[in-house]
Amino acid sequence: MNAQLLQSPLGDAPLEKPMVPLPARRDIRGDVVLGVVVAVLLALGVVLVARFPSPHLSWWTVALAATCSSACGLVGCYLVLRKMSLLGDAISHAVLPGIALAFFFTGEITGVPIFLGAMALGVLTTLLTQTLRDYGNVPEDTGMGVVYTALFAAGVIMVQFGARQVDLDPGCVLYGLLDFAALNTTTIWGVDVPRSMLTLGIALALTVAFIVAFWKELKITSFDAGLATAMGYRAMLVHYLLMAVVAGVTVASFEAVGSILVVAMLIVPGATAHLLTDRLGWMLAWSVVVSVLSALYGYALSRWLNVSVAGMMAVVAGAQFALAVFLAPRHGLLVKWASSVRLALRIVGEDIVARLYRGEEANAAGANVTGPLAADEAPPQSDVHHPATAWARLRRAWATSRLIDTGLARRTADGQLLLTAAGRQAGRSIVRAHRLWESYLERHFELPLDHVHEPAERMEHYLGPELQTQLAEQLAEPAEDPHGRSIPPS
Amino acid sequence: MNAVCLLAESISDAVSNRVLILVQQTAELLGVQYNTLLVLVTAALLGAVSGVVGCFAVLRRRALVGDALAHAALPGLCVAFLIAGVRSVPIMLLGALASGILGILVIVALRRWTRIKEDAAIGIVLSVFFGAGIVLSGWIQNSTTAGNKAGLDSFILGKTSGIQALDLLVVAVACLICFLLVALAFKEFRLVTFDAPFALAQGWPTALVDLVLLGMIAVVVVIGLPTVGVVLMAALLIIPGAAARFWTERLSVMTLLAAAIGLTVGIVGAAASAQVDRLPTGPIIVLVGTALFVLSATIAPRRGAIARWMSGRRFARDIAVRRLIGELYEARAEESRGAWQDREHRAAWREAQRRGYLKPPARGNQLTDAGRAAALAALRDERLWQAVLVEYPELAVGAADPFHASAADVLPSAIVDELVTRLQSAGRWPAELRTIAASVGTSGAAAGGAPEGTP
Repeated sequence: MNAQLLQSPLGDAPLEKPMVPLPARRDIRGDVVLGVVVAVLLALGVVLVARFPSPHLSWWTVALAATCSSACGLVGCYLVLRKMSLLGDAISHAVLPGIALAFFFTGEITGVPIFLGAMALGVLTTLLTQTLRDYGNVPEDTGMGVVYTALFAAGVIMVQFGARQVDLDPGCVLYGLLDFAALNTTTIWGVDVPRSMLTLGIALALTVAFIVAFWKELKITSFDAGLATAMGYRAMLVHYLLMAVVAGVTVASFEAVGSILVVAMLIVPGATAHLLTDRLGWMLAWSVVVSVLSALYGYALSRWLNVSVAGMMAVVAGAQFALAVFLAPRHGLLVKWASSVRLALRIVGEDIVARLYRGEEANAAGANVTGPLAADEAPPQSDVHHPATAWARLRRAWATSRLIDTGLARRTADGQLLLTAAGRQAGRSIVRAHRLWESYLERHFELPLDHVHEPAERMEHYLGPELQTQLAEQLAEPAEDPHGRSIPPS
Repeated sequence: MNAVCLLAESISDAVSNRVLILVQQTAELLGVQYNTLLVLVTAALLGAVSGVVGCFAVLRRRALVGDALAHAALPGLCVAFLIAGVRSVPIMLLGALASGILGILVIVALRRWTRIKEDAAIGIVLSVFFGAGIVLSGWIQNSTTAGNKAGLDSFILGKTSGIQALDLLVVAVACLICFLLVALAFKEFRLVTFDAPFALAQGWPTALVDLVLLGMIAVVVVIGLPTVGVVLMAALLIIPGAAARFWTERLSVMTLLAAAIGLTVGIVGAAASAQVDRLPTGPIIVLVGTALFVLSATIAPRRGAIARWMSGRRFARDIAVRRLIGELYEARAEESRGAWQDREHRAAWREAQRRGYLKPPARGNQLTDAGRAAALAALRDERLWQAVLVEYPELAVGAADPFHASAADVLPSAIVDELVTRLQSAGRWPAELRTIAASVGTSGAAAGGAPEGTP
């Protein structure tokens, strides 16, 4: 019994094939539309920013924002995939004491020591959380909450007392100073470049280099850490490297966007991209697009309303995420909803066709009990599949009109619904599927006779001609179903 | 809208005047400054209530939901400020509560209807709402005078200097409601916190109870914002509960303990912040809490790091002694010697002697009678569990901890008899057990004593 349940219902062959055959070619119309819309939005954003006064400053600020956001977005994709988004949050808070310490020792607010201090703290956060989990029996989220808030609190106090004279005040820590970052410039090869651009540019370059260098390792450990370990990759090493990179990117972005909004830069582009695609490469690309769009529109809107650029970027990124939640080509709620409505309509339509076919069958057998059914007549008993609600009535009417449109049924002058030849063919196929499945259940699952109708009623909509043939072969071409009704030929 | 605001304003003014007078009188009575007392009492109450509510948050794995809530409250704070036009604490807190709850709903909806996982949903809500809050507060700064904006800023890191009698009133009322709720619905909360599916199956309104719990978290987070600030409110919610968890296995004790820890943290933190200029309250409260947490994690009996380390050692020693006396009993100590590490072997030997299982070295290192009995019990348990794991692995998984319970006690006697027969025929069952089994008793290295093997 158990072995039978575990077996594929159709023997050995279909194990490689899904029960419902997938469409041979992916439908990419949605992606194309999305690409066009995004291209238009990008162009529009560029035009919008170009129209502001003092374009030099505007462009540098947008470039800073885009660089910072892209670097965050790229590593963020991996955080989202690994379900470690909150570690990004934790690290972005916890690097503060590292920055403060490095500042105390060197007296500089930029440079390598700051990065090293931040990276050390980033790795320390992960280590401490894991230590609490492994040795203290503290749940991971609780441990993380304790660790990063404690480190952040320590950092705030250190900054408050030690670094008062520089622009490392709590305000900067929390909101960032992207608005003014472009003013603080240095000259490289005769060009005035904002100081932050150097840091952020290097951070972006290093991030890209890291992803390229560890592409394979990152991919396999992100999707299946167990498999990676079994294949000889060091998942933990990759994990800590990634954490170090997250900490580095975070600290580079710190000055620009502050410790909380950096979380938006880290997670929102990756999560949005995750809704738009199923391929890692495309996901990274989309996250960069989302980042650039947030930079463009965040800057434009913030100039318009005269508010913080970083805050506005987070809002714009959030808006893009919200749009993706509803409108994404494959995973959007709208698409899912539409496809479930389509499926419901198909099932209702097929149920009507099958019912008409059964009526004809009964008539042909001479037992004129029911007669041809009117389409809008509710089925004799309302069960799960035929509830008598207003929505169900609407669905039936809609499905009926579609049947008539597609030439499966026609309406006589006195309002009766009759099957056309094509409709009879379709009805025969559905009834055949239904009865084959009943026979199969009866044969292989030891179900009592009064229990086979319900599952067959569901399954009949998913058994195409190919599966019907296989079922019939398996059952040695049965002539009758368990109830004694004849199984129509295909 | 304005009329409602005015009404709320006048009522809260009237009541807070009463509180003000009360606190002033108490302060005079105790001989401390009015402000100091106000701050201390507010912080203490806040700590206590977040401790109690935080217990449920920690146990229900909602530790970071408080974090998301605190951040998500910011835009509501700003919108309420914009609508009310003045810095009216109750209205702003209501706004904060509303947007915090909205944030939680978004998290729940994202997890339920999209492929976004909970962690990303929390991160998105937290950061995007916070960004919206920053934008709104910037807008407020532009459109109103700077003096009003100062009130908003203090919500980020928390400020005790700004605490007024009204704040204390709000905290006290929220405290009272939460304590009452916990006291009245303790059983329901406990049930839903530990086993929600079971509660649902028993017919409890799980969703409602869960909602009340979540609502309490939201209320506590929001009333804590002015004192502790957005960033660190999550810590105040998590730390007392997490620290209390180390000390006890009982929820009632844990809530009381967490309340006490929260109270202490609040008082110490507020006092320190009042003593030292420029010391922000939120961070110092969190650091005091962290110190208590680390202390608990280290020295707590049973669950603390030291206690766990020691029990781990004791367990390892136990196993080593069982192994040693088993080998001695079956006279295979010589051939098995190679599988031991020297240090381990010496320690096991010493421990066995200390327990009186071995005769003194002068008399040839033989097992004593007690040693023989313990060895028999150990061998019996070991062989029986081995057999169970080989023959009935599905029974062994859920049954018991093989090192602490005897298979003879936890498995059906028919199966035990069958396994014993098989072991006997394979020659892996100590011959002496037939007669000695009943007299082994529950003392020694292994519990047991069920009369298995005797017909």
